Amino acid sequence: MLEHDSRLILLHPDDNVLICVSAIEAGDILPVSGGTIPAREGIAIGHKIARVALAQGDKVIKYGAPIGSMTAPVVAGQWVHMHNMKSDYISSHTRTALEQGA
Amino acid sequence: MIQGWLRSDGRKGIRNVVAVAYLVECAHHVARRIVDKADDPDVQLIGFPGCYPNAYAAKVMEAIATHPNVGGLVIVSLGCESFNREKLRAVVEASGRPAELLVIQEKGGTAATIAAGLEAVDRVRAQIASVERVPMGVEELVVATICGGSDGTSGITANPAVGRAFDRLVEEGAACIFEETGELVGCEKIMADRASTPELAAAIEACVQKAEAYYTVMGFGSFAPGNAEGGLTTQEEKSMGAYSKSGSSRIDGILKPGDIPPMGGLYLLDVVPDGEPRFGFPNISDNAEIVELIACGAHVTLFTTGRGSVVGSAISPVIKICANPETGRRLAADMDVNAGRILEGEATLDQVGQEIYDAILAVAAGERSLSEQLGHQEFILTYKAFDPIGPECLPMVARA
Repeated sequence: MLEHDSRLILLHPDDNVLICVSAIEAGDILPVSGGTIPAREGIAIGHKIARVALAQGDKVIKYGAPIGSMTAPVVAGQWVHMHNMKSDYISSHTRTALEQGA
Repeated sequence: MIQGWLRSDGRKGIRNVVAVAYLVECAHHVARRIVDKADDPDVQLIGFPGCYPNAYAAKVMEAIATHPNVGGLVIVSLGCESFNREKLRAVVEASGRPAELLVIQEKGGTAATIAAGLEAVDRVRAQIASVERVPMGVEELVVATICGGSDGTSGITANPAVGRAFDRLVEEGAACIFEETGELVGCEKIMADRASTPELAAAIEACVQKAEAYYTVMGFGSFAPGNAEGGLTTQEEKSMGAYSKSGSSRIDGILKPGDIPPMGGLYLLDVVPDGEPRFGFPNISDNAEIVELIACGAHVTLFTTGRGSVVGSAISPVIKICANPETGRRLAADMDVNAGRILEGEATLDQVGQEIYDAILAVAAGERSLSEQLGHQEFILTYKAFDPIGPECLPMVARA
């Protein structure tokens, strides 16, 4: 499990992602249970980083609530964003319709 | 220790304001001059600009004029507008407060009404100076929250820190109110799971669906795609950022503007009008929502901002909590609490939550918030239409 340090914040104890509060560069050393790992990729402020390994289909939990699910597996310390997760929210009014209205 | 001004309905105020209310735009200038000339931070301008009647505006005006922070009212009417000035005066007098009514067309015009208004303000001020002050506990506070000028930092610093403060306030018996149903689209199910009864849960979901439908007609969503650069991936994630202001307590009810929380607990304020969209956007700016929160009895409003709003409000103090450390530095003299320190590793969410809690108690005990010190007394009230809330919205009252 990725431990949180001054570069990362845990918003809720149930979360499986941490939020990056100061930029992380690829190769930066991240603390994990029982040791350290190098960051695989750069992660910008405000972005999410996997706290634990996540499988495809796993719910992403932030604020203690599901905010979408994984479309690809990640290991602890990997960036979680559009490329590996998606919204679970199915609206009867699509966002596309709203954009057309706007 | 908070020393509240005791009102006849048992509620207590943390301020003792003389409100000067214009009932149509045509009386605005006269009312503003009365307030300017009174030159007292506790003589404040409120008003409604429209000449056509509106039940919502009348209800909100009555709720504001009998708000525990208000000691008395001076009404400034042109004379021919449709706002029911006699009813407003009667409601305020029935609450045990002094109310004076000035009709410009009867008083003899601008200068004569301004002069008469200043005398009326003096009389009201003298009468309310003797209102009894009594100890007031945290459990008697009504605290509201709103976010404005949000950015990618709002949902990870200021908003969850307000959530921490809300959790503590609710635990201690205060009433806390959150709103912005249009920005809660995507978390209605999560929110409904926190409702105290299944009927309330259904009402919460219906309330967000109403907001979604309304904003669709307006042609603007509060949740257009974007924000990805700031690290937000999904719609529900963005909504959760705004929603995190509500903390994690059980949701005890839904209010509409002008409804007073019947007891402590956490309440959702439904700000989106009922029926067919008629009068345009639900709230045309942040202050319109702040006025509605105050109409629900809020003593203090917690305003979180990332980009940097500077507003305050008439009647109830606004405490501003800055989410973004850059904005916090640039607008330091406007921000009561700097939650951006969380991003810089200088404070935790719990610590900032505690600072917000402490700031509420200090402002309730009489310390002026920065927006108060800077003279911010914004107030805006517009046309809307609401159906009354049903019994499912306040389960604890229905049970009693």
